[in-house]
Amino acid sequence: MAKTYKAGVKEYRETYWEPNYSVRESDVLAVFKIVPQPGVPREEAAAAVAAESSTGTWTTVWTDLLTDLDYYKGRAYAIEDVPGDDEAFYAFVAYPAGLFEEGSVVNVFTSLVGNVFGFKAVRSLRLEDVRFPLWFVMTNPGPPHGICVERDKLNKYGRPMLGCTIKPKLGLSAKNYGRAVYECLRGGLDFTKDDENVNSQPFMRWRDRFLFCQEAINKSEAETGELKGHYMNCTAPTMEEVYKRAEFAKEIGSKIVMSDYLTLGWAAHTSLSKWCRDNGLLLHVHRAMHAVIDRNPRHGINFRVLTKLLRLIGGDHLHSGTVVGKLEGDREATLGWIGMMREEYTKEDRAKGIFFDQDWGRMPGLLPVASGGIHVWHMPALVSIFGDDSVLQFGGGTLGHPWGNAAGAAANRVALEACVQARNEGRQIEREGRDILTKAAQSSPELKIAMETWKEIKFEFDTVDKLDVAHR
Amino acid sequence: MSNVQDYPSRIGDDASKRFETFSYLPPMNDEELRKQVQYIVDRGWNPAVEHCEPENAMMHYWYMWKLPMFGETDVDRILAEAEACRKANPKHLVKLIGYDNIRQTQGTAMLIYRPAA
Repeated sequence: MAKTYKAGVKEYRETYWEPNYSVRESDVLAVFKIVPQPGVPREEAAAAVAAESSTGTWTTVWTDLLTDLDYYKGRAYAIEDVPGDDEAFYAFVAYPAGLFEEGSVVNVFTSLVGNVFGFKAVRSLRLEDVRFPLWFVMTNPGPPHGICVERDKLNKYGRPMLGCTIKPKLGLSAKNYGRAVYECLRGGLDFTKDDENVNSQPFMRWRDRFLFCQEAINKSEAETGELKGHYMNCTAPTMEEVYKRAEFAKEIGSKIVMSDYLTLGWAAHTSLSKWCRDNGLLLHVHRAMHAVIDRNPRHGINFRVLTKLLRLIGGDHLHSGTVVGKLEGDREATLGWIGMMREEYTKEDRAKGIFFDQDWGRMPGLLPVASGGIHVWHMPALVSIFGDDSVLQFGGGTLGHPWGNAAGAAANRVALEACVQARNEGRQIEREGRDILTKAAQSSPELKIAMETWKEIKFEFDTVDKLDVAHR
Repeated sequence: MSNVQDYPSRIGDDASKRFETFSYLPPMNDEELRKQVQYIVDRGWNPAVEHCEPENAMMHYWYMWKLPMFGETDVDRILAEAEACRKANPKHLVKLIGYDNIRQTQGTAMLIYRPAA
């Protein structure tokens, strides 16, 4: 029977709270952590979030009756306590397929984390996880190449890859910068990396940097017989500049370029990702600005959601946090999102902060990059936590070696291979790390000195963004 | 500076050449090699032996020694094939591969024999 029009304000829960709704395979599912304003019941706050992130507005309008809101609306269908936080609760919301443009992460997030995050009825709001239905996964480009293709192109199997971010971050001339790259690569690293804020400043324009770095790659490959790459940062102020730099990187033979997907913007990043597949270049993805969005445990977007959306729009590497180094990162939560980068199917696992099963179809996985404040003593833990399909990215832990970058790189490589060998032999490498490294250092003076240089450095600050299960 | 050691790698020096996984470690002894073969078997991978002239080592395709040993789980038989390959090609590099057909990649690949430069 047709509905009649009645102007006025209705409670959100009359329309958007459906505890008996059974979710469909084709729905986009989201879980929000909500802290409502005092006096707002949980069901009303959850319904308000569902409404404001989908079809709802604050009052009834006559044009509501020209469509089938029951199809298009988001529905809050479940509420749960947040362990360790009595003010907050989780609200689960289902959005029907027809609400979103195919292949548009931009469209999905403009709804899910749009106006609703400034909505007055909630004091704070955090998007904790999203389940993308297979139709949406398959309409996104995904990683340009993926882990297996990268390994085949670079001929690297059975171990994590090693990288190094060139420091100081800013201020080196292009030729001196290329020198630092060459020394790292000849010492045994697979990759070097432009720091995220190295773009094209007056002290080092991008074209000069690309050329000197490529010469460093070519010589180190001829010297060592191994394939190498430098993440040439194509992050730029306009898309025309991004393409120009990427085209030049390809022209001079670079194997990989780099983008900062949050500051560059998702649409621009997706265009570069598609370009990378079309042109055969790998894509390294940095995440500057992520902590602005994901660090507050009560407001923003959890990094696992930013991880999922990056896999959809495409990247072959993504920074994940190290667990053990100088930057924020809870171990179980990190394991959760590195699984989302690599697996074909991610199972719900609350112990890792994963709220939904996620089917990735045949979309390839990408390599997590562990970067920030790590050195040879962290190697056993890194190999154990990250496994083979990862990039272990050093900075000071290569460049700060007392004999220079090449020796630092060799120390990293020897430590890595010793840990992989021991792991393959079935040894418990985190527990036996000291013995494994000490034995390896007997045939590597570079490793021996590195171990002496860094043995006292530890990073023991507590994590701010802990998993909710860990609070009590 | 007297405490700083030079890094001795040189272009054109065969001793500076590396060959990916484990090529920064000393050569494995028989017992260590056996454990790596066991690792490949335990992962359910298909062992394979490949070899190449040192000067062509950067080419993606090395010579296969016969065919990958599909379904072979006997460590001694795998080691025997590697040894047979080495004897037949004493001037070649020899590597051991574990083909992972589920992920359609090489689960691992490691150099197990390097002729004296």
